Amino acid sequence: MKLTQISIFLENRKGRLFDVCSLLGKNKVNIRALTVAESEQFGILRIVVDKPEATAALLKKHGFVASLTDIVAVEVADKPGGLADILKVLSVSDINVEYMYGFVERKSDKAILVFRFDEPDKAIVLLKKKKIKVIGRKEIGDL
Amino acid sequence: MIWNEKMECMDLEDLKNIQSERLKDIAEYVYQNNPVYKKKFDAAGIKPWEIKSIDDIKKLPFTVKEDLRDNYPFGLFSVQPKNLAEIHVSSGTTGNPTVVGYTKEDLKLWGEVMARAFCCAGAVPHDLIQIAYGYGLFTGGLGAHYGAMEMGLVIIPASSGQTKRQLKIMNDFKPRILACTPSYAMYMAEEAKELGLKPRDSSWKIGVFGAEPWSEAMRKEIENTWNMLATDIYGLSEIIGPGVAQECTHKTGLHLFSDVFYPEIIDPKTGHQVKEGNKGELVITTLTKRGIPLIRYRTRDIVSIKYEKCKCGRTSPRISKISGRTDDMIIVRGINVFPSQIEHVLLGIEGTLPHYQLIVDRRANELDELEVWVEVDQKIFSDEIKQLRAFEDKIKKEIDSVLGVYVKVKLVEPKTIARSEGKAKRVVDKRVL
Repeated sequence: MKLTQISIFLENRKGRLFDVCSLLGKNKVNIRALTVAESEQFGILRIVVDKPEATAALLKKHGFVASLTDIVAVEVADKPGGLADILKVLSVSDINVEYMYGFVERKSDKAILVFRFDEPDKAIVLLKKKKIKVIGRKEIGDL
Repeated sequence: MIWNEKMECMDLEDLKNIQSERLKDIAEYVYQNNPVYKKKFDAAGIKPWEIKSIDDIKKLPFTVKEDLRDNYPFGLFSVQPKNLAEIHVSSGTTGNPTVVGYTKEDLKLWGEVMARAFCCAGAVPHDLIQIAYGYGLFTGGLGAHYGAMEMGLVIIPASSGQTKRQLKIMNDFKPRILACTPSYAMYMAEEAKELGLKPRDSSWKIGVFGAEPWSEAMRKEIENTWNMLATDIYGLSEIIGPGVAQECTHKTGLHLFSDVFYPEIIDPKTGHQVKEGNKGELVITTLTKRGIPLIRYRTRDIVSIKYEKCKCGRTSPRISKISGRTDDMIIVRGINVFPSQIEHVLLGIEGTLPHYQLIVDRRANELDELEVWVEVDQKIFSDEIKQLRAFEDKIKKEIDSVLGVYVKVKLVEPKTIARSEGKAKRVVDKRVL
């Protein structure tokens, strides 16, 4: 149930984000979710795509530094307290969130959150126990 | 005034006789007291007693920085360490630092040449001098101190840094002389303006600036900003520290105290002396030093020399400002940095050497800044900002502990650093020197 995210090193230089996105566009890679983490000098672009391994290889071929990371995508009820319910499950079990970001599914208007956990497998088991929907690789392609 | 009129204004023939006598003596001395030199002389097929005059110096073998490093710590010394009075250390190229030592007589010599230097710049006994060179293992601070003591100046041993306090000392005690790096003099002007002081009204009238390369344009700027005379001093720890050469008030070259430090200008490729006035590598023989005398030491600094008598009356030859280096050493805030040292640190952290580049810059009225660019590859890259930041910090700390110089680290994408023939250019010096 884990998903694979691609992380890409970007210098804080004009046009670098554009370079990545246009390369992916030309190669018909659809970005499902995206976030940028930044420091003064550099940034890390994190993306969720349908074919992560092939896309990472494509990026590396074009000189980008990219790595694959396990993440967990979770469906969140789009209502007040939706996120809190999920975080509660994690916090009582001592699971650390390294970082997270969200996007909205276009078909059902459901919010989807992407988590980077220190223990993703354990997190998935716990979330499922609480009937929280964890999104698999197939579904991400269909979204 | 001229501190040692006899030696500094000596007739050139007499000077040559003294140099010849001293060379004979020092060649014999190192041959008898230092096994490394004995070997070098024997390999070159020259015996010290075959040296008849200073012109025979070209028969003697050169000494290079690697000789000091390879014989770390005391192998190139001509006295037992217990007979030294003081030891100074500067960072080395790949691990081993450069160690130099002074006997009591050597310290006296250091005081003598620095006293000559301060006089040359226009100081007179009882002047107050603010010494803002770093005190410690670096030779700048203590060398200036011994010279000031020798000539009877009133010393304020401020050492480097703590700019506000430096300015308060200047404002309250009114010293006439300032000794520091030229970039620090510029930097202090900015700080002074921010504190509401008027640099042009300062008490400093004479600056003795060195330990880093600087240009005529920078001199003008310092002189205009501080309303002072800015003079250049030259030295290197291997020879003695500061006090090898110093500009007089005419500012037409740096008087090299050639009765004790014999200069030659050579073509770095052939090793032959170049014509008077032509540029070449400065080679110095310490004619009277006892602790670690060096024969024909290759300074790697590029200068030209002229022997005509100066308007000030001194006959000591004058070298031009340093116009470059024959190696890739850079001087950052008075600290010598070799790219190989940075390379060593990076190698130690990563196990393999990432592509890197050193960018040296000096923004207007700022101190030199050294930026280390490191290309991020698959191995270094982490998905987490904090890991990459930790990597940057580690490089910074390691470089600081090995070289004693604070750098900025910039992580860049692969292939950012320009390569020519597959090799990256290691140093980009953007300073206008």
